Amino acid sequence: MDANVNSDAREDAYTRPLDSIDVSIPELYQNDAYQPYFERLRREDPVHYYADSKFGPYWSVTRYKDIMTVAINHQVFSSKWELGGVRLEDQVQGYERPSFIQMDEPDHGQRRMAVSPAVAPANLQRMEGMIRERTSRVLDELPRGRPFNWVQEVSIELTSRMLATLFDWPLEDRHRLMFWSDVTVCHVDTPDAPVHSEAERYAELQKMAAAMKALWDERAGGNAPRFDLISMLAHSDATRNIDFRELLATCSLLIVGGNDTTRNSMTGGLIAALENPVELDKVRADAGLLDSLVSEVIRYQTPVIHMRRTATRDTELAGRAIKQGDKVVMWYVSGNRDEEAIDEPERFVVGRPKARQHLAFGAGIHRCVGDRLAEMQLKILWEEILKRDLALEIAGPPVRLYSNFIRGIRSLPVVIRA
Amino acid sequence: MPRVTYIEFNGAEHTVEVPVGTTLMRGAVDNNVPGIDADCGGQCACATCHVYVDAAWLDKTGLPEPASQEATMLSFAAAAQPNSRLSCQIKMQQELAGIALRMPEGQH
Repeated sequence: MDANVNSDAREDAYTRPLDSIDVSIPELYQNDAYQPYFERLRREDPVHYYADSKFGPYWSVTRYKDIMTVAINHQVFSSKWELGGVRLEDQVQGYERPSFIQMDEPDHGQRRMAVSPAVAPANLQRMEGMIRERTSRVLDELPRGRPFNWVQEVSIELTSRMLATLFDWPLEDRHRLMFWSDVTVCHVDTPDAPVHSEAERYAELQKMAAAMKALWDERAGGNAPRFDLISMLAHSDATRNIDFRELLATCSLLIVGGNDTTRNSMTGGLIAALENPVELDKVRADAGLLDSLVSEVIRYQTPVIHMRRTATRDTELAGRAIKQGDKVVMWYVSGNRDEEAIDEPERFVVGRPKARQHLAFGAGIHRCVGDRLAEMQLKILWEEILKRDLALEIAGPPVRLYSNFIRGIRSLPVVIRA
Repeated sequence: MPRVTYIEFNGAEHTVEVPVGTTLMRGAVDNNVPGIDADCGGQCACATCHVYVDAAWLDKTGLPEPASQEATMLSFAAAAQPNSRLSCQIKMQQELAGIALRMPEGQH
């Protein structure tokens, strides 16, 4: 399947044989050309099988309600890394990453509880003032009257600082965390990937894990854990004895979860809001709509494209027979555009009646643990943008990430009119 | 119609009427009571409609079955207590008239 030309995507999606639709192709997301294919699947074949993808045979779950069914039923739809984990692309043998997102109960829950307090409401209150001060400074220092890369200057700047804080990592070294995040999510076979083989990826992540282990050893001593993720892991009964490989996997999960998703919502949200000035005017008129704006930004961007599960037994979903061992992919980007669940889902609308009920954070036991922090960061960003009444304009097209997992934006030229 | 009192973390009380058969989550959301996020819309899939049931009412609402979806989701919720429930899993009934529910500091 070739979807390299964005403008042809709709025609291609509706004219090709249904059974030849393969939504795993990363170019579809790089070209932002995937929606017509999902639109057709939702209508004609909502639980869709494709046998010959580059990533092997897989089921696509495309409707909101079916995604919810899979997400809730974690006994039948496993996340276990031993079965293949949570990405469409299987992990290469010897390089598996056993983090808790790729575990079932009770292993997942015990470990998740170890880090959850870092992003729980009480800790968020502690961080809010600092986040606001940083956001204000970043916005005030942006150039006026000449184009700059919003991704680099705002999205990465803010989320990398946040990530350094969450790990209590040296702020001046925060770019290394960003690098390891990109290393974790990339497809190694693309020319512009930061690493070009699984061995190279693992070698970089080993450097990351060694640096984290050094901090871990420093922090394991004290009496009570501090508020950073490393201390919490080092002090929790569930995680204090994890081996180096799990430490590597866990830190790489937390690095990606802690920045990449919010980074891309900060950028995607700007595009959506500037393309829909009337929606932003609603928030200017009523600050009470800020929460709704934030939820809509997250739904509209849907920074995690999919999560994968593996069937632990034969089962049925929307009338289709799924066999034990089958790969089942929940396409959040499709569920969040499902006409049956969301009115006019293709529109960016502030003030939707059920704005919070999107799938971008997932659902069930693996639902995003950092959801409230992500929302707070985005809310503060938009509050501070609107407070300054910045005359932001998009100055060129975004460059999107080659990925079927992270809906990423690598650069976006923006100008602030003086 | 039976009434329910929702008590925010800061102590603010909201007493509203909730029809029999409606969930206590829905009762809060439909009446714009703050403090219940209900991100999954009542699927027992997010734990963001977390409430504490006042002791006097616990025998009437009951507690989640061990290892049930509700118990599992609650085990991940911030500040869960022995009297924690997900309000989407409690349906209003006549004998719950006057029930009081307290809310956690935040829904997470």
